[in-house]
Amino acid sequence: MSIWSYANPVKFLALSAKLQPYLWAAAALCICTGLIWGFFGTPDDYRQGSTVKIIYLHVPAALMAINAWFMMLLTSLIWLVRRHHVSALAARAAAPVGLIMTVIALVTGAIWGQPMWGTWWAWDPRLTSFLILFLFYLGYIALWEAVEDPDTAADLTAVLCLVGSVFAALSRYAVQFWNQGLHQGTSIPVATGGRSVSDVFFVPLAISMVGFGLLFVALVLYRTGTEIRLRRAQALRARQERGL
Amino acid sequence: MIALLMRDLRLALRAGGGFGLGLAFFLIVTTLVPFSVGPTPELLSSIAPGVLWLGALLACLLSLDRLLALDYEDGTLDLLLTAPLPLEAAVSVKALAHWLTTGLPLVLAAPLLGVLLNLPPSGYAWLVASLALGTPALSVIGTFGAALTVGIKRGGLLLSLLVLPLYVPTLIFGAEAARRGAAGLDPSTPLVMLAGITLGTIALMPFASAAVLRMGLR
Repeated sequence: MSIWSYANPVKFLALSAKLQPYLWAAAALCICTGLIWGFFGTPDDYRQGSTVKIIYLHVPAALMAINAWFMMLLTSLIWLVRRHHVSALAARAAAPVGLIMTVIALVTGAIWGQPMWGTWWAWDPRLTSFLILFLFYLGYIALWEAVEDPDTAADLTAVLCLVGSVFAALSRYAVQFWNQGLHQGTSIPVATGGRSVSDVFFVPLAISMVGFGLLFVALVLYRTGTEIRLRRAQALRARQERGL
Repeated sequence: MIALLMRDLRLALRAGGGFGLGLAFFLIVTTLVPFSVGPTPELLSSIAPGVLWLGALLACLLSLDRLLALDYEDGTLDLLLTAPLPLEAAVSVKALAHWLTTGLPLVLAAPLLGVLLNLPPSGYAWLVASLALGTPALSVIGTFGAALTVGIKRGGLLLSLLVLPLYVPTLIFGAEAARRGAAGLDPSTPLVMLAGITLGTIALMPFASAAVLRMGLR
């Protein structure tokens, strides 16, 4: 029993139907715990006051905005190599979720930046590369909408996703070169294992991050299921029209 | 390959090819800038390199939807697809023809428009150098965008939505090199990065463009 057996839409739907209730419940639990604990259970920051609490929305959303693109990259590759339709549809399903996550990260960042930096927006490398990521999501979704034949659309968007990833990485580097930033570095550098944020803030943040991850998986499974059923309905309708 | 290049050049230069359109657009954009930001010479000279780069980029973008769409409509693209010439080579030649008819004239016209925008004297050489290095990348990336949208009705707007984010790194390094040159700083770092982007896209993008064309025309 390999993972590829779930490329069969029927098996995929059965598994995702089984998993989804748990995923939704776990996501809701984690996000509620993380946010409520974060908003009401943590002390105000010494310098930033209560505005620091927006971190419990901002960081997980930003994290998922980038990971959604990585997931699309992976599923696009699987589609190009193994041509499993579920994979292409999962990439399609993930794009709007990633787009919304990007918007959440940008908006919460602006709301935090107003009192802290004194400006809604600065042309900082991180902010700018998120804006560019937002544009990439828009272009990707627009291309899916514009191509009529579903397989061609899947092919074209998959290549766009690959090329776009290279250029998104390149832009990330370019904007860093172009303007030194206002945005602070990460407080939880995974590579070094160190951490500059106190446990009081970190634990609810970590719970919130896990919650957003679970929410993302649940949303993508749900939306992929919808896409599969939509495709099936179209096939049925086409067959009916031919029969008449 | 040479025959294809000559054919594309001839089509672009003769009537209806829209050869001068990009240049005229570049001129108009540059003329409109002082109207929108005011005619202060200091302001104009400080924004001149960026405005000229942006104008060149937009003029390049404007001519992209003609790059493959006409060949798609009259069936030339299907012939190219079945021709013994690899599609990657055909796409590269198309990009080269686009650069020769759009990018190169823009590079040559940029110093003239620099005069209009009060570009500092030290900036001219670097502006031309950065444009000459950067516009080939614009053509090659644009060919990829055109290949993506070739079969789509009313793909023009979609084309710009897809291509403009891909232009970001080129624009950043190109405009930065021109700006540093105009300000009397050393522009070699962004110029080297720009050359790297151009060479990398020339080497890799034709494969992506050809792959996308094969998928789109299947």
